[in-house]
Order: sequence, then C-alpha cells, then structure tokens
Amino acid sequence: MERPQTYRKPFILLFFALLVCFGFNISLGSVTIPFSETISSLFGNEIQNGSWDYIIWNYRVPKALTAILVGSGLALSGLLMQTLFRNPLAGPFVLGISSGASLGAAILIMGSALFSGFLTFGLINDVTLAIASSIGSFLVLLSVMVVASRVKDTMALLIIGLMFGSITGAIVSVLSYFTDAEKLRQFVYWSFGSVGNLSWPQLSLLSGIILIGTLLGIIAIKPLNAYLLGENYAQSLGVNLKKSRYIIIIATGLLAGGVTAFAGPIAFVGLAVPHLTRQIFNTTEHRILLPAVLVYGAILMLLCDTVAQLPNSVNVLPINAITSILGAPVVIWLLIRKRKMIF
Amino acid sequence: MSDTEQKHPSLKVEMLGVGYTSKKDDIPVINGVNFDLYPGELNAIVGINGIGKSTLLRTLGNAQPKLSGSIFIDKKSMEVYRPAELSTKISMVLTEPIASKNLSVIELVALGRQPYTNWIGTLTQTDISKIKEALQHLELEELEHKKCYELSDGQLQRVMIARALAQDTSIVLLDEPTTHLDLYHKVQILKLLKSIAHSTQKTIVFTTHEIEMAIQLCDRMLLLDGEENPFGQPCDLIRQKAFESLFPSDTVSFDAETGSFRIEK
Repeated sequence: MERPQTYRKPFILLFFALLVCFGFNISLGSVTIPFSETISSLFGNEIQNGSWDYIIWNYRVPKALTAILVGSGLALSGLLMQTLFRNPLAGPFVLGISSGASLGAAILIMGSALFSGFLTFGLINDVTLAIASSIGSFLVLLSVMVVASRVKDTMALLIIGLMFGSITGAIVSVLSYFTDAEKLRQFVYWSFGSVGNLSWPQLSLLSGIILIGTLLGIIAIKPLNAYLLGENYAQSLGVNLKKSRYIIIIATGLLAGGVTAFAGPIAFVGLAVPHLTRQIFNTTEHRILLPAVLVYGAILMLLCDTVAQLPNSVNVLPINAITSILGAPVVIWLLIRKRKMIF
Repeated sequence: MSDTEQKHPSLKVEMLGVGYTSKKDDIPVINGVNFDLYPGELNAIVGINGIGKSTLLRTLGNAQPKLSGSIFIDKKSMEVYRPAELSTKISMVLTEPIASKNLSVIELVALGRQPYTNWIGTLTQTDISKIKEALQHLELEELEHKKCYELSDGQLQRVMIARALAQDTSIVLLDEPTTHLDLYHKVQILKLLKSIAHSTQKTIVFTTHEIEMAIQLCDRMLLLDGEENPFGQPCDLIRQKAFESLFPSDTVSFDAETGSFRIEK
C-alpha cells in the first residue's frame, strides 16, 4: 500500500491562488492605486502618495484580512457541521447561530426604540452591535446545547436548530413591524453583511476567536473521521461521543458566531465551500479537508469582496447578496452534475 | 489446537438480561442468558424476528447498557474497561449503513486502526501492514481505491468485515451480516468468517434468522426462544430437540435428519 496521499500539488496551487487574490483584492477599490505602488506599500516601502499609504494600511489590508478570516471561519464551521450531522446540507447556520446573531442585533437596534425609557440613544455602534450579536448567537447555541444533552439523535438536533432559527426569525419580524423606518434601515444594513469597517483591535479579537475555533477543530480531527461511519461505529472505535460533540459544537459556535458578530450574516460560504473543496481534494480525511477548506474559504471570500466593492466605483454591494448569488448556483450545479451531494 | 476445556473463554456471559430502560422501569427483552465463547470459534445467535438478537449483540458490544447479570471479557468484567480500551477488545459490524459513502475502501478500513493511532490519527508502519493484511484476507486489494458508493452490497459487507479485522480485536460482533445478500454471497461471507475465526483465533459472533445455514456452518450457537435460550454445538442442540419448539408446529416443523425446516401444508 502506498503512503496516504498528501495532495501537495493542490495545496501549493491553493496557496498561490490565495496570494494572488489577496494582492488583487488590495489593489482594487474606489480609489485607483497602481498595482506596483500597492505591492511596494505592502512590503513597507515609502510610496509617493501618503494618502494611498493610509488607504492601503487602514482600509484595504484590514478589509482583506477580515475577508480571509470570515471565509476561513465560515468554511470550517460548515465542514464541522456537515460531518457532525452527517448531512451534506448542514451549514453553520442550521444551528440557529446566524438567526441568534440577528436577534441580538435586532433587539439592540429596534428594541432600543421600543424601550427607549431604559436605554439611552447613541448606544448603537459597531462594538455594541458585535457584542449584541455575539450574545444572541451564544444564547441560541447554549439552548441548542442544553437540548443536545437530552436528545441522542443528531438529526433531531438539526431540526431543533432549524426551529430555533424560525423562532428567532419570527421575533425579528415582530420587532421590525413595530419599529420606525430609520431603525429598520439600520438593521437591514447590518443584515447585508460587511467585511469592511473593522479596526485593527477588532480584527485581532476576531482572529483570536477564529484561531481558538480552528484549534478545537484540529483537536476533533480524529473523532470527525470516525463520525463518517456513523455514531455507533464511532463509539465502537472508542470515541467519546458526548465530549467530541461538545468540542465540535463549541468550535462551530466560536467560528460562525464570531464571524457573524463582526461581519454580519454571510450566507452560503459555510455550505458551499466544503463541497467545492471536495471537488479538488477527493478524500474524506479531515487532516486534508480541514486546512483545504480554510484556504478555499479565504479565496472565495476575497473574490466575493472584490466583486462587491465594484472596482473603480464608489458603490459597495452588500456582500451577503454576492455570496448568495455566487453560492446558490454552485450548490444547484453540484446537485445536478453529481446527482447527489456526497460528503 | 488444544481442547476448548483448557482455553479460557474470551467472552463469558452470566445471567444476562438485556432490553431497554424507560423513565418508569426496565423493559426486558431477554432474561437470564448464559454462555461462554472461546477463541477461534464462529458463533451464531439465532432466533425469530423481534426476539432480541440485535439487542443482545449491541449489549455485548457495549453500545447499550445491560439490565442485569454480567459480561466478562478476558476474565475481567466489562465495566472495568475504559471505552478506548474496550475498542481494542471488541469490534463491530452493524446493520446500519455507514454515514459517508464517499469514503474509499482503504480509508474506511484504515478507520479501524483508530484505537491505536495518535491524537491526530497518523498511521504507523504497523497500522499500514494491519490494514494491508485485512484487505488481503477479504480479497479487496483490487477495490482499495474504489468509493463505497461504487460497491455492491456483498463487496461493501466484505469491506466492513475488513475494517473490523483491521481493528485487531479478539472478539468480532456482526449484526445480521448476510441479510441483503443472495444465497451464494451469504455462504461466501459465512465461510469467510469461519476461516477467519479458525486461522486468526478470534471469537466471532453473528446474529442471523437463517437457522439452517447457521446449523451447517457455525461452531456453536445460541438459540433465543424466549424461555430456555439453549446454547451449544448445533448437533447437540438438534439432539436436545431445541429447534422443534421454535415455530408453531402447524406451520413449520424441524427435521432432525437433515437439519432443516419443513413447511407444513
């Protein structure tokens, strides 16, 4: 038997593609900056136009790094969910994580209008929004985990996650019905998603969260592989089902919750990237798939962001719409070409 | 090979009761089962549908808790083993389909080595040779890079048995390994199990409702009839007339001469 395949070539290609996309993403924007100047600024050289330097280092680089973290985080949480639930349609949002975040944001933005007696105005900014949506997603995640300790069947857990999503979605609808146009507009903007607007300290906080989530995912690689056989087989292989399930759920919560808190709800990346990755890496081994989805997710998000910022124009399209427009056809194409979604 | 009297049983069951627990009380399925299983033997658990064959097998594999009695593995009670330790003693082939049909044959068999690999699952030289051995035993070398969704039922069953062999346990439990197969493949699988048991000195246990085939092929069998639950060599059980009462005598009767059942017209 030959040694297990290491897929060195596709990995080198992917990393190269990531570098290209990163450079491409940074060199394009509403202000035209020559490509050579962008590169030399990236390597720390002085460039003639000081405001270009400022734009690159305080706007474009943080945005590109955010896109990388968002793409990697969502893609990995998608992979973890698909294996844990052994369902190719699972994504980070089936556990209600994104709807929990929406609920948090909705209560902060629209609820503050309803209960204006208690809350002072001017409370709503990026930081409080991030905090509110993290609290929202973690509350939903906690309730799902409480339920998870009572039900043994992961399919039931999947449906419970969807039900939590419906409940929070309904509360958001009720809130938006009673709110004024200005607040509603603010909430809708948040729900468009955005990878811009993150300061360096926020960025480092997000990278910390993604790092912890990824490390938890790496710890779970062995149980994840065993889960491919089903829970009973995994148990007969000595896997501690309860413990590994918690590790995987917490990892997903950190990854998807963290991303949603800082960048808003971003659809389809978590669902589509693992499937796209399996087109290149024809394996089920998580030691290969885990790093592959991280890189692939980052590339996809950089591309989506490049499209969203409409090079050479001042308009920026909502990133959530772009990922859906690109992501949904991909899923349909996979279904039609492959007849079934394998995982 | 020495006589079984001098060997220690690899699996010993005393007054075992299996079933399910509900909130109020236990719902027993089988009560007071006794048997000893020895290395190098193929054992069958037979009985009619719904008598609790699978429940018993799952309990032996620690996939569900027992209600009463005791199970000893290598002279030690099952409770003293940690889950990781138990996975080096007992491997299982279940009726449920595997979750991901996208696994290749070799990836699936390699998963059997999980109890022995490090935290991230790196295969050592020993692991690789065990995997190769298992593939050879089941004649799967040519299929090793096929995906599971490309395999026939019989091939997939052989892959699952190879995975259990790669797990390198002294006891292998199989739940209905021949159910969806035609007669030829049924016999093929059971003969294979018998030769594996004899050549590797493993204790192999399988459940089946095909009693005639079990009578012809296995070394010992447990007949679950809901009362006595007799255990022994097939010819002894025939002599004890254990099979006569298995089915209502006006529909199916047992012919001790041929070791087969006859439908009453």
